Amino acid sequence: MSLLKVQNLTKEFPLGFFGKERLKAVDDVSFEIERSRIVSLIGESGSGKTTVGKLILKLIRPSSGQILVNGRDITQIKGKELREYYRKVQGVFQDPFSSFNPIYKIDRVLNMVFEEFFPDTPDSERKTRMEEVIASVGMNPREILGKYPHQLSGGQLQRILIARTLLLDVELLIADEIISMLDASTRVDILNLLGDLRERGMSVIFITHDLSLGYYISDETFIMYRGNIVEMGDTEKVFHNPIHPYTKMLLESVPEIDRKWDLSKRFVPELVSSSNAPCKYYDRCPIRDEKCLVQKPEMVEVEKNHKVLCLKAGD
Amino acid sequence: MIGVAEVVLDVRDLRIYYRTLYGYVKAVDGVSFDIKRGEILGIAGESGCGKSTLGNGLILLKPPMKYMGGEAILDGKNIMALSPKELRKVRYGKISIIPQYAMDAMNPTKKIKQIIDDLLHEHGESFERKKDLIEERLEIVNLGKKVLNMYPIELSGGMKQRMVMVISTLMNPDVLIADEITSALDVSSQRSVIQMLYEMREKKIMGSLAFITHDLSVLYQIADKVMVLYAGRVAEISPMADIVQEPLHPYTKMLLSSLPKIGVRYSQTKLKGIPGYPPSLLNIGPGCRFRDRCPYAFEKCEQDPPVFDVDGRKVSCWLFERGDVN
Amino acid sequence: MTRKEFVHFFLKNKKVIFAICVYAGLIILALVGPYLSPYKDPLAFVGPGYQPPSKEHWLGTNTFGQDIFTQLVYGLRSSLFVGLLGGTLATVIGLLIGFVAGYKGGWFDEILMMFTNILMVIPTLALLIIIAAYLPYRGVFIESIIIGFTAWPWTARAVRAQTLSLKTREFVDLARITARKPMKIIFGEIMPNMMSYVFMVFILQFGGAILAATGLDFIGLGPTRGISLGIMMQQATLWNAIQLGMWWWAITPGAVITLMVATLYVMNAGLDEVFNPKLREM
Repeated sequence: MSLLKVQNLTKEFPLGFFGKERLKAVDDVSFEIERSRIVSLIGESGSGKTTVGKLILKLIRPSSGQILVNGRDITQIKGKELREYYRKVQGVFQDPFSSFNPIYKIDRVLNMVFEEFFPDTPDSERKTRMEEVIASVGMNPREILGKYPHQLSGGQLQRILIARTLLLDVELLIADEIISMLDASTRVDILNLLGDLRERGMSVIFITHDLSLGYYISDETFIMYRGNIVEMGDTEKVFHNPIHPYTKMLLESVPEIDRKWDLSKRFVPELVSSSNAPCKYYDRCPIRDEKCLVQKPEMVEVEKNHKVLCLKAGD
Repeated sequence: MIGVAEVVLDVRDLRIYYRTLYGYVKAVDGVSFDIKRGEILGIAGESGCGKSTLGNGLILLKPPMKYMGGEAILDGKNIMALSPKELRKVRYGKISIIPQYAMDAMNPTKKIKQIIDDLLHEHGESFERKKDLIEERLEIVNLGKKVLNMYPIELSGGMKQRMVMVISTLMNPDVLIADEITSALDVSSQRSVIQMLYEMREKKIMGSLAFITHDLSVLYQIADKVMVLYAGRVAEISPMADIVQEPLHPYTKMLLSSLPKIGVRYSQTKLKGIPGYPPSLLNIGPGCRFRDRCPYAFEKCEQDPPVFDVDGRKVSCWLFERGDVN
Repeated sequence: MTRKEFVHFFLKNKKVIFAICVYAGLIILALVGPYLSPYKDPLAFVGPGYQPPSKEHWLGTNTFGQDIFTQLVYGLRSSLFVGLLGGTLATVIGLLIGFVAGYKGGWFDEILMMFTNILMVIPTLALLIIIAAYLPYRGVFIESIIIGFTAWPWTARAVRAQTLSLKTREFVDLARITARKPMKIIFGEIMPNMMSYVFMVFILQFGGAILAATGLDFIGLGPTRGISLGIMMQQATLWNAIQLGMWWWAITPGAVITLMVATLYVMNAGLDEVFNPKLREM
């Protein structure tokens, strides 16, 4: 039984004046995640990756579909069951300075966990536990506890948020762009921290737009485009044998320190979408043909643990 | 770009501080560099290094920013010391900036056409007169003419950024400063913006470019020369290829080795970041600002290191005192 | 901003200092005045009428021979009371409704906002007049209550707007995934971030309550017994104080009310500068 199983998950948002149009931020997404795995959910803006994270964290409700954690459907739970859910599933968000209420000391974020989940813990034990988890994320508790958020750096704040999850018995961590607001020199240390968490048995969904980070740390990679997962599988397979044209385009567009782009060739980015083809990538796709205008693409397994959402994947 | 190209912007020992309740934050503290005609200079650094203060300070000094000393010589004049009236003449025509959140700074109640017209009017031009030029530029950045009749909210992030680039370069500035224009963009939009900058230089729409960013891999694609800033000071100025092959300053070295790239996996090579964080620039004292995080620090680092010349490259580190590669 | 910064800017701001001094003076006058005055009952007929200010009557007497100074200090008490109770009530109701509507959203929001909008559209003074006219007995307490219950709509709307914006901040999401209940999130996370706004809203409500009470008093729907600044104004007008040249009666209550309300606006302008760094002169 997998740790997390997402089946046909969909989230629609009403658009337009009377809410008549609907935007499918997440469109019929299905995947499974095992224990002790880091999975990168890679996509650009509008891909739906953050929405998937929020759905799993139950910050928003799905329009349809199921989310099964350890075999149990958690889409409708509330109250006490919800609290138990949060013992196992937690999140860390993108902006460390927005994640802390600026008027309180950072300790409060850790204290809240005790207040809600372990209310009978005496203060002395709380202090010990807090010091333990701060140390286990590589910081000196004396330099951290008792400070206000503006007195610490973004990297330190993100580590505190990771330490917070160690107070609970978290099995699945949703890390939503947790390092995009950090300096380049501290990013890798936080990534290494995620690797440590994996060794302790935690699984992580690492949501990011940065492919090189995904490649570095994750076991599996899901590439999202406008609400769909267009390619998914073992990280090495997806990166070294990309099949979907979008994945190929992304890999081509990543600036790398040892590979120069050919800037004399004009690069065409997104176009305003005009056709209503069942495949959302149709307008930009270099390998499209007539059947893409009428038939909806489905997931095709191209090799073991490597699937692609494309009608031409088998070719 | 070989040969003795002319210097268009010469910055010497520039100091810009922020005045606060508790003292001065020495955000830009003795920065010197030059940009030659047609050159793309990358200004790289992390948070607190002063790159944004530098970029914005060259264009408009807003309190609490305070010009404390040094010069920035453009067209024979020190633009830091000009009166607001003289500065307005220089700005936009000779030196222009694409500010960091420019895409969100467009008036949402006006059509793009109107926004451009308003801006041109400030400089004695009008939309009608520049219409052909504008359409030509739009074509270069892959935006159709119909964009002119749209409102900013109808455009995506990437499209807005490209629009802003067109607007900022309409007067063919000698020096264009781009402040983190790719940081908020998707990977594909980022690529097209870089490509546009390249094309603009080739077509001589843009003279020289100072590209401010924290992302060295983006700079690698387009910059000729890179200036790495750390905590308000210059760490290193080198040609792009040299900096990547053989970084001199310990900060640059450690920074480059902390960047993940495709091909490097955690299971094989565990990368390391730079431990610690930059010092607070409030009333900061003398000495090399990187010494607390530097594995090679020694007693001399307690004094301010001057900028040494190493084979035409510049490094501000006591390890290079004798002018050779350590 | 930190507490230290707040205190520093607060104490340095001229407008704030001015307002604090004026109100300190008014409060002292209201508390101590009645003991200073030789006359204990503001409604007692203590001397000849039409007297200009003199040693026996510091602010003179009115047509009936009542001491103006005594009336002033007792009236001040009543006005400050209405401001405090009415203002607090309006603020608290506005906050609660604004928070709940903003945080919960959905049907809660729709219904509460509908109710708020309806109440906002009805002219407040007309509503107060109708309610006051139906009450058999009116005291300062009841007057404060009805003012408080009708003055909250704009506060609710403004608080709702701020809540909607703060709700999207990540520390609210973090509180949610820590299984925190909504009420605790509102009062623990959202409200503390709006404290500067809450403060300023209260000051405006205080001033508004005083003005509303004065309005009611002036048209004769104030407290059935007792004295207030509005009642003084009403009597001065009814008995032609100005035409009779009794400036000590005609001008005093109006001037004091004007001072009270204007000072509050000055305080708010000062607070705006304290909280908003861009408005400060450095």
